[in-house]
Amino acid sequence: MANKRIDEPTGTEFVGHEWDGIEELDTPMPRWWLWSLYATIVWGVIYVILYPAWPLVNKATEGVLGWSSRGELAEEMSVVDQARATVREELARIPIERLPENSELFGQAVAGGRSAFQVHCSQCHGSGAAGSQTLGYPNLNDDDWLWGGDIKAIEYTLVNGIRAPGVDDTRMSVMPPFEGAFDSDQLTAVTNHVLSLSGKATSTASGAQLYQDNCSVCHGPSGEGNRELGAPRLNDAIWLYGSSPEQLRTQILNPKMGRMPHWSGRLDPVTIKMLSAYVWSLGGGEEFVEVAEDPAVEVDEEP
Amino acid sequence: MKSRDPSRASSVPPRREGEERDWSVVVEDGRAKTNEPVSSAVAEPEATTLRHEPHEPPRQHLPTKLFEKRTKVHNKRIDGPFRRFKWFVMLVTLAVYYGTPWIRWDRGPYAPDQAVLVDLANRRFYMFGIEIWPHEFYYVAGLLIMAALGLFLVTSAVGRAWCGYACPQTVWTDLFQHVDRFVDGDRNARMRLDAAPLGPKKFSKRTFKYTIYLIISFWTGGAWIMYFADAPTLVRDFWAGEAAPTAYITVAILTLTTFTLGGFMREQVCIYMCPWPRIQTAMMDEKSLLVTYKDWRGEPRGSVKKAQKNPGKFGDCIDCLQCVAVCPTGIDIREGPQIGCITCALCIDACDKVMADIGRPRGLIDYATLEDCEHEANGEPTRSPWKAIFRPRTIAYFLIWGSVGLAMLFALGVRSHVGVSVSPDRNPPYILMSDGSVRNSYTLKLRNMESRPREMEIAVEGLPGALMWTDTIGRDDAARSQIKTVPADQVLSVRAYVIAPEGTSTQEFNFRVTSRDEQQESATTETRFDTPGGEQ
Repeated sequence: MANKRIDEPTGTEFVGHEWDGIEELDTPMPRWWLWSLYATIVWGVIYVILYPAWPLVNKATEGVLGWSSRGELAEEMSVVDQARATVREELARIPIERLPENSELFGQAVAGGRSAFQVHCSQCHGSGAAGSQTLGYPNLNDDDWLWGGDIKAIEYTLVNGIRAPGVDDTRMSVMPPFEGAFDSDQLTAVTNHVLSLSGKATSTASGAQLYQDNCSVCHGPSGEGNRELGAPRLNDAIWLYGSSPEQLRTQILNPKMGRMPHWSGRLDPVTIKMLSAYVWSLGGGEEFVEVAEDPAVEVDEEP
Repeated sequence: MKSRDPSRASSVPPRREGEERDWSVVVEDGRAKTNEPVSSAVAEPEATTLRHEPHEPPRQHLPTKLFEKRTKVHNKRIDGPFRRFKWFVMLVTLAVYYGTPWIRWDRGPYAPDQAVLVDLANRRFYMFGIEIWPHEFYYVAGLLIMAALGLFLVTSAVGRAWCGYACPQTVWTDLFQHVDRFVDGDRNARMRLDAAPLGPKKFSKRTFKYTIYLIISFWTGGAWIMYFADAPTLVRDFWAGEAAPTAYITVAILTLTTFTLGGFMREQVCIYMCPWPRIQTAMMDEKSLLVTYKDWRGEPRGSVKKAQKNPGKFGDCIDCLQCVAVCPTGIDIREGPQIGCITCALCIDACDKVMADIGRPRGLIDYATLEDCEHEANGEPTRSPWKAIFRPRTIAYFLIWGSVGLAMLFALGVRSHVGVSVSPDRNPPYILMSDGSVRNSYTLKLRNMESRPREMEIAVEGLPGALMWTDTIGRDDAARSQIKTVPADQVLSVRAYVIAPEGTSTQEFNFRVTSRDEQQESATTETRFDTPGGEQ
């Protein structure tokens, strides 16, 4: 502006702005202040050269250091992986049934299993492992196990799957459909007998007889189930496919049978161990009992 | 009060008579223009385009200056009561800063024995008998509130006493100025040395001085990190090269800042960088004590000889400039209160000494309130500056400050050293067991704030028929209550499973944690038990 004037008391120039008689002085900054300004400019230039800075159409300028936040993350992740190596080695060595005794390792296995569960298992069993009654996915938190609830049985199920096609050692059993085998009275009688096992209905002699003839082979005389066959307990409170007479009839006539993919070959043994530990730790895990020299559960192919 | 750019104050020579120009009327183009500002509310419409015209002095152009050159301050040695008080405060504050981390305090085998420790790694703050956990950060907030109120209190009573005596910038600047004096000599010697060309003598003196600067700075940075780890261990690790990189970086940064701020920036920090003087100007009033020059007594200035020749014509100020020479920020207090004045009162010491030498009463420059100054100038009776300290505003500040402190002490005294927080599982909210009973899962956090391991009993209160077990206590041992040992000064995370018989409705119940020692401290937290039956 042309109107550069000097404020007499301070000897400073006016900027030239005025608001109702209040005017702004162009007070000079101290020298170090000016230097800091220059220093930030220099720093900015150096930064732009060294680091990614200007956004372009597809990507930003790369910077001569080649640093990127993605690259840094990859590095950090590989460091974490290396740190996990010892834990994984220990897990690979320890027999699964001994794992719960080693509380530190077990804790690490549970933590690892929790994240693996979210990735591989939560699609069916839910993120809280509560399963789904409408879809027939079992709840893994409770104390009711179709195929065994000790940590080794859980690992076996994970490795081999349930009714997984093409897997020799998969857990396999088939409940025959009783469509056409019973007339409607017989169906009602057997349904009532099944419900009576857990006190939900009263049984009749004919119902008991029908159950004895057709069902007790797998489900047991008093409905205690058979884990070797994956035959569910019928005398408890947990009903995977529902406990109403209607749902029961449907299940008898045209049984639904759950499937689970096998995870051997898809997940490494250590991850499967961690998953077993996690599922076992959910609150319904059973103590492992050594049954014979060969603890592997033999599966009868015949229903 | 004239507001002047304080950094320039000492470099502008006092105006002599006859130089004064009357700016109130400017004659330009044969027209007399007043120098009165024109408000837009009353101005003629054409005045908006000629706004500057009526009161515009002749055009003048300064050479463009991008910066204000710093005038180096060479303050002179002075002795007097305020200087001695400043020595005292300096020694105390430096001793507190450097010494505190080395005080030991026995807290038993499970806690550090350093009296004041900010243990960031373990998230604990120790201060003598008090231990603060992160969730009690409101105590730190309370301390900060007390610090702020304390500054209000001090400011309203004695003005910028913090700036003048206790501010770290002031204390370290003082320390470095003493180093200057020790190495280079007093004011005149230092000015001569500054002007001298760089020869071997000046070079060796400068090297020696900067070495002392660096040692002080390094010691300052080093003392800071002692507050964040066990001091003796950290010193050993530091010199062995085994301390954390943060320690070295912190020391390096603080060494650098102390070296620059204390060794070179000095009064520039107070004048340009610090927000506190600006805030303080808003908090002071005419009843606040400040260091002031009593111009009605000092003006007009004249030497002792002149005064003897013309008795009665001159004031008490003999223009000896001692007040300017001793000022650590290089201002002239006779220009009135200003942002550069940190009220260190060294000019009072200097002026009192001169007045004593020439046989005039002390206190030409003195601590006084503006109100008292007016009274004194009008010849009314004055009161002691001490009386200025006690007035409703300062008493109100003191009461607020004190009650915050008492409230905090009370809260610290009655706080419980156990705690439990409960986080119920929401996915799934409940689990039906095969016998028809219902299980809920909870994550409990048991807090033991004592520096020893404590056995704690976790009990279920309410919820009839319920039993509890945990991740480490099996279902076979399920009971109404379980016992856990919580490590010293730790939070123990416990997975708790609570099972209630068939037919239980959804309801609230409590977890109660009780310490199994003579204190029997206990805490409860309410939580919810979900069932498929819903609420009844």
